[in-house]
Amino acid sequence: MSIKIPCPNCGERPLEEFLFGEVPVVPESITDPEERDFDRAFMRSNPEGPVVERWFHVYGCRRWVTVQRDTRDETILG
Amino acid sequence: MNPYMERKVELRWCEPKQSYDVVIIGGGGHGLATAYYLATRHGITNVAVLERSYVGSGNSGRNTTVIRANYGIPEAVRFYQRSLDLYQRLEDETDRDLMHMSKGVLWLAHSEMGVRQERARAEINQAFGAKTDFVTPEEVKKLCPPIDLSGGGVWPVMGGTYHSEGATARHDRVVWAFAEGAMREGAHVHQRVEVTGLTRVGDRVTGVETNAGPISAGVVLSAVGGHVTRIADMAGLRIPIRTHQLQAFVTNHYQLQFDPIVSSSDLLFYVSQTARGEMLMGAEIDRQPSYSYQSGHPFLRATAFRAMTLLPFLRDLRVLRQWTGVCDMSPDYSPVLGKTGVEGFYISTGWGTWGFKAIPASGEQLAQLIATGETPPLIAPFALDRFRRDRTLADRGSAGTH
Repeated sequence: MSIKIPCPNCGERPLEEFLFGEVPVVPESITDPEERDFDRAFMRSNPEGPVVERWFHVYGCRRWVTVQRDTRDETILG
Repeated sequence: MNPYMERKVELRWCEPKQSYDVVIIGGGGHGLATAYYLATRHGITNVAVLERSYVGSGNSGRNTTVIRANYGIPEAVRFYQRSLDLYQRLEDETDRDLMHMSKGVLWLAHSEMGVRQERARAEINQAFGAKTDFVTPEEVKKLCPPIDLSGGGVWPVMGGTYHSEGATARHDRVVWAFAEGAMREGAHVHQRVEVTGLTRVGDRVTGVETNAGPISAGVVLSAVGGHVTRIADMAGLRIPIRTHQLQAFVTNHYQLQFDPIVSSSDLLFYVSQTARGEMLMGAEIDRQPSYSYQSGHPFLRATAFRAMTLLPFLRDLRVLRQWTGVCDMSPDYSPVLGKTGVEGFYISTGWGTWGFKAIPASGEQLAQLIATGETPPLIAPFALDRFRRDRTLADRGSAGTH
């Protein structure tokens, strides 16, 4: 059983066809632009719960898909 | 006496006190080893290790037990060689049978690039005290006869390195030995105590909130695996850690003795034989962050395919069980250790996929840091502020496998 990602072009496809792309989240509390760059480069929010991510359908339509995923149990929320 | 029969482990349980000199969050190998070395090396015994489940229930019970020091950067070679030396003496020191077995690690290259990388690994290892030699394909065959040197015609073995001191040990016994040693000296280990918050006075961390009530502490060390971001958030700290799944599996019993631990950077997998004769295989981390303990068939299929290409005898074996651990990965594949910038709060994280082999050295060095307040030179390069100082430690020798 493989996890399926809904691709708007190809329908539901197994996760192995996609490459993972992170959307960095820098907390609003960091205001200094230099600090925001540093945080974006190295620091991770690493949330336990739903996250918004970009997945690249490399073995399919070769387009980026926005996916909401729960990191606690890997369910795809849409 | 049957050497595999468990010797009795004497663990002295007790009720949590209101206050300790040192509180360690996380009752895995790293937390317990720190408590052990605090007690035995520095005489600090007013220590509590808090574990939300049972000791060794996290990654200490899910790893693939490889001990090696053949890393790719000087800082890491020195550190892991120290750990390897401590492991070799640990059975005598704790008087426990840890089933420590020196097997040698054979690291294979299947491309020109891979050969260059392995030559570099041998050079840097020898320069910093680890016993690693470059080997030709013929020597590989001699060290590990079942290998198909043609790699199924796809991944021919073009060379490799042999790290003769590479070893394995029984992971549960290492955890118990440290727990027993720490408790014998008077340290407290509390199971089923979950940290729910950190108490702070100004900028200083002065204790922890738990489901068993608040506990005040002179120093708090987070030795949590996987869920470390939750603890860092309580301290108001941003850390460069993302949590990923790492899977592994064992096959049924293989009757012949399979000596070295075979590993490959190009194929990103490794295989060793456990004391029970099971063939143990693992691969790289999953790319997406995840806290899930769910194993998957795609990993099993991909890893088994690569393993069978190199070691054809594996195709006659069956998969016995498969499991998953959650690893805390840093951006440069090196651990994050020591002071955090928050007073009274130390951290030991970023152990990713190489935590088990580091347990004694990390415990010893962190104990020294806690006892003296000064970061020992061996772990100074792994400080959290290395990212701010532009001194990251990108290590190709770890590269997310084992």
